[in-house]
Amino acid sequence: MKQELKISAKNLNVFYGKKQALFDINLNIYANEVTSLIGPSGCGKSTLIKCFNRMNDLIDICKYSGQIMIDGQDINDPSTDPVSLRTRIGMVFQKPNPFPKSLYDNVAYGPRLHGMFSTKEDLDEIVVSSLQKAGLFNEVKDRLFEPGTGLSGGQQQRLCIARALAVNPEIILMDEPCSALDPIATAKIEELIEELKEKYTIVIVTHSMQQAARVSNRTAYMHMGELIETGLTKNIFSNPEHAKTQDYITGRIG
Amino acid sequence: MISHKIATMNIEFIILSLIGLTAYSFFIGRKKALALSSLKHVTVHSQPYYHGMHSALITIFPAFILLILWSWIESSIFSTNLREYFKDITDPALADFYISGVINFVGGVDQKIMNHVNFMSAVNYYESTMQMNLVLKGIVIILLTLMVSRYSLKLIAADFKARDLVETIVIRIMKYASIFAIVITIGIVLSLLFETMRFFESVAVTEFLFGTHWSPQMSIREDQVGSSGSFGAVPVFTGTLLISFIAMLVAGPIGLFSAIYLSQYASTRIRSLAKPIIEVLAGIPTVVYGFFAVITVGPFFREMGIFFDIDNFSSESALIAGSVLGIMIIPFVASLTDDALSAVPQSLKEGSLAMGATLSETTNKVIIPASFHGIAGSFLLAFSRAIGETMIVVMAAGFAANLTANPFNAVTTVTVQIVGLLTGDQEFNSAKTLSAFALAFVLFFLTLILNIISLTIVNRYREQYE
Amino acid sequence: MNSIIKRNQSEKRFKFYGIMAVATAIFLLMILLFKIFSTGITAFNQTYIGVNIQIEANSDVSNLDPRKEFKRNLRVMFPDAKTRKEKKNLYSIFSNGAYYEFQEMLDNYDGKKIDGYYYFLASDDVDMYVKGTVKRKGNSAGRIQPSQMTYIDMFKNMNLIELKYNKYLLGSSDSRDPELAGILGAIYGSFYAILIAFITSFPLGILTAVYLEKLASKNRFSDLIETNINNLAAVPSIVFGLLGLAIFLNFFDLPRSASLVGGLTLGLMTLPTIVIASRSAIKSVPPSIEEASIGLGSSKIQTIFNFTLPLAMPGILTGTIIGMARAIGETAPLLMIGMVAFIVDIPSSPMDAATALPVQIFLWQDSPERAFVERTSAAIMVLLLFLFVLNITAVYLRKKLEKKW
Repeated sequence: MKQELKISAKNLNVFYGKKQALFDINLNIYANEVTSLIGPSGCGKSTLIKCFNRMNDLIDICKYSGQIMIDGQDINDPSTDPVSLRTRIGMVFQKPNPFPKSLYDNVAYGPRLHGMFSTKEDLDEIVVSSLQKAGLFNEVKDRLFEPGTGLSGGQQQRLCIARALAVNPEIILMDEPCSALDPIATAKIEELIEELKEKYTIVIVTHSMQQAARVSNRTAYMHMGELIETGLTKNIFSNPEHAKTQDYITGRIG
Repeated sequence: MISHKIATMNIEFIILSLIGLTAYSFFIGRKKALALSSLKHVTVHSQPYYHGMHSALITIFPAFILLILWSWIESSIFSTNLREYFKDITDPALADFYISGVINFVGGVDQKIMNHVNFMSAVNYYESTMQMNLVLKGIVIILLTLMVSRYSLKLIAADFKARDLVETIVIRIMKYASIFAIVITIGIVLSLLFETMRFFESVAVTEFLFGTHWSPQMSIREDQVGSSGSFGAVPVFTGTLLISFIAMLVAGPIGLFSAIYLSQYASTRIRSLAKPIIEVLAGIPTVVYGFFAVITVGPFFREMGIFFDIDNFSSESALIAGSVLGIMIIPFVASLTDDALSAVPQSLKEGSLAMGATLSETTNKVIIPASFHGIAGSFLLAFSRAIGETMIVVMAAGFAANLTANPFNAVTTVTVQIVGLLTGDQEFNSAKTLSAFALAFVLFFLTLILNIISLTIVNRYREQYE
Repeated sequence: MNSIIKRNQSEKRFKFYGIMAVATAIFLLMILLFKIFSTGITAFNQTYIGVNIQIEANSDVSNLDPRKEFKRNLRVMFPDAKTRKEKKNLYSIFSNGAYYEFQEMLDNYDGKKIDGYYYFLASDDVDMYVKGTVKRKGNSAGRIQPSQMTYIDMFKNMNLIELKYNKYLLGSSDSRDPELAGILGAIYGSFYAILIAFITSFPLGILTAVYLEKLASKNRFSDLIETNINNLAAVPSIVFGLLGLAIFLNFFDLPRSASLVGGLTLGLMTLPTIVIASRSAIKSVPPSIEEASIGLGSSKIQTIFNFTLPLAMPGILTGTIIGMARAIGETAPLLMIGMVAFIVDIPSSPMDAATALPVQIFLWQDSPERAFVERTSAAIMVLLLFLFVLNITAVYLRKKLEKKW
């Protein structure tokens, strides 16, 4: 089955000032799949996904060379507007960061920003369906107007996912979304990811190899800013080609 | 102020002896302790320094207290006794004047013989009695100190916990130092309150707080019946509020937008350059701003007034004073607002931007609402600062207590009135000067409330993120 | 869909407002500084007029009245000034200071023959005209009458009008004549006041900070002290002036207008600032250093005085310097305690009546003579210079002594 290429990085090098963080990355992300990035701390996984939605632009000293194409278009081309780009890409962060607003307003934030509805009922519809897709609606349906910060950690994270879904992105980037959560909340989120991949392309950075093995179709292993190996998850974990990958998976390095 | 005429004993001698004895206690004490610790079979609890320190402290303490007490009592007694010589003088201030004259004369300060029949006899009395007093004082204090010093040295032993005692004394001193801060506040409140109460003996509280005619030039005379219509402070209060409000209109937008730009948009380089420059505005003394208002801003506004055909544009208008006051307040608003904005966690900003919001949308919809308490608090604090400001308004605004909301009119403020009422040659007890204290009390109270409210708001907001 | 173009336009506008705000603030500052400097710089020079002085060799100058002798020399220069009015106009273009200067010249007379042009201080009106501050209209300029102008023109034609360094501005104390007025007395007054303020607030401030930060148990009482200090820091300065008036002047009967009282009042005002700055400096000393010290057997007090305080000193000093800088510029409290009178003598001790630099600025600003405007600006320049030096020192201290933990 031919896989549609969604994101592709070609010869990507990223620098923080004088220090180089990513070395010549070449990576393909395919549509409607979950791709996980694994590797030890500081290997550049977060930096890499932040290139995809140009969040690195926010950092003064961050410079890069190389290309990143999404749907065949170079996202760093001057004609690309980062604001519209980020509408197509949703992001979920390591620590849940709901806005200090009501649950409803959190989810409605994106649609309001981009004017994605014409009547109030439309907006309600969007909010409800996003919360449903995030598997949160039933738990919070009678407290939609309470502050988002009043939820538990796992619920907050699902709220952030709902918020991201509300703008109807094509791609969802997740930066260690479960590292601040307990196992039960983690399990719920992993279930969610499994459901979401049918409609969205998901890239997930994770510290946990077990999580990568559980949720992703493809895995890319990174080490000290380099992309060591990438391939189908089952292959990477059972039969890695590189010694470094092998070392990481068997726990010799971490 | 003690005379060269008194040859044998004077205050300097006493103080020097005390210092000498204290130093003596210290060195001898330390030496003794040192000797102890060199004995091999003895473990000394505290180091020699502490033993020395302890002896010194013990030595000086009673002497110090006694010296102060004695001097206090002696000055009361002399004061009463000398007054007897001048009891024919009814005015207490004048009597005091003669008494100081006697003291100065005996003290060899440049003082001529005064024109009063009892002057020279008072002088003689003072001179001889003071002489005896000083000798007695010196002997008693020095003897006492010697005895205490000996006693303190006797205490030195291996198991004597000198260090603990010294440290306890040090801690106690520090504790009293801290309590002093409260003493200051109490001092402010009491001194203001006291005089305010005296003021309200002549003028009714309701008239002061709600009256609309302020004209303190007329002091209250005994024979004026019900004519106390000149201490209505409402125009003064409204003037203060008008000018401060104009100041906030200037400082608010400029300060807020500067803070937004510097905290959200500016690169670190621009921020590190621009922020200190804006801070310079805060460091310029207010008298300089006042001068600036008079030589530059005033004429400028007057020209604008002529250009725009505005009548009755007073050269001491609220607009001029308020604008310059606003310039001074800019860094307050900017700095405090910047703190508030910067305290919003980066994750919220990132979350919004990652959803495709522009920076201005993120600032307006996420960051400002999240830091609203902090921003409100900073505006309140800035407003409080504006109300309490003195020099700019003294130099740029007027004394005319107009009850008006028109910024082109001249108005006066609480601080201007306080300065005006207290820097003339006024008898201290007149209702006029006392009214200054009443105004000051209101000012103190109001700024205190504003500060407390603003700090509560800011703290409650800070808890949100901790 | 909300137009992305509109949103980007809003973004640009918003950013523009931000830049404009910063630019406006900086612009206002620049205007203020520029105005002060441009008005004040002229005050450092004064108009001097050359007069032909002739004194025979070995004259007995001790019997000479300087004023009469000076006027005589003028009359020799202008023999056509015959009427009383004409002579008065001639003399009036010189300052009273000219006579003192001439007196000095006589005091230094060494017996040799004097025949030459010597320069003497012009009056403030002439000074203003020469400097161009007061413009000429026809034959008068400001307060200068045509009859005086003729003599000024004559001197000018003889090239005898020069601008020389104004030694009075920095070298003498206040005077009713603007051309003789200086800030030296005010500088001494400020100096004594700040010294006393420092002696009062620095030790007290540090002890309070140490106690609150390190030794007090966290109970309602220490909270009360802390709230107190925070509130005191925000009390308007004029209220401290009233406190000084009520306590130091009325209760303790200290001499009014003395730097001592000013210093004590300013000290009370600065105390909360020093406490707050010191606390923050002490708080930032890492506990690991203190733990190490206590682990070695030191007592808490020893640790504080031997380790914590020295490490916190840069922060404490920075805060103190900033507090002192603020105190130097304060005027309102000093007005309240009376340091506002016209003082001619330079104070020789903190007990003498004095004025302070910001008060002097205030008084000069209030004076009617035109010549005081430039002097006020010049005095402000001196004040700003002091403040600049102080603040730079504070910043330098902070950077230099900051140890990176």
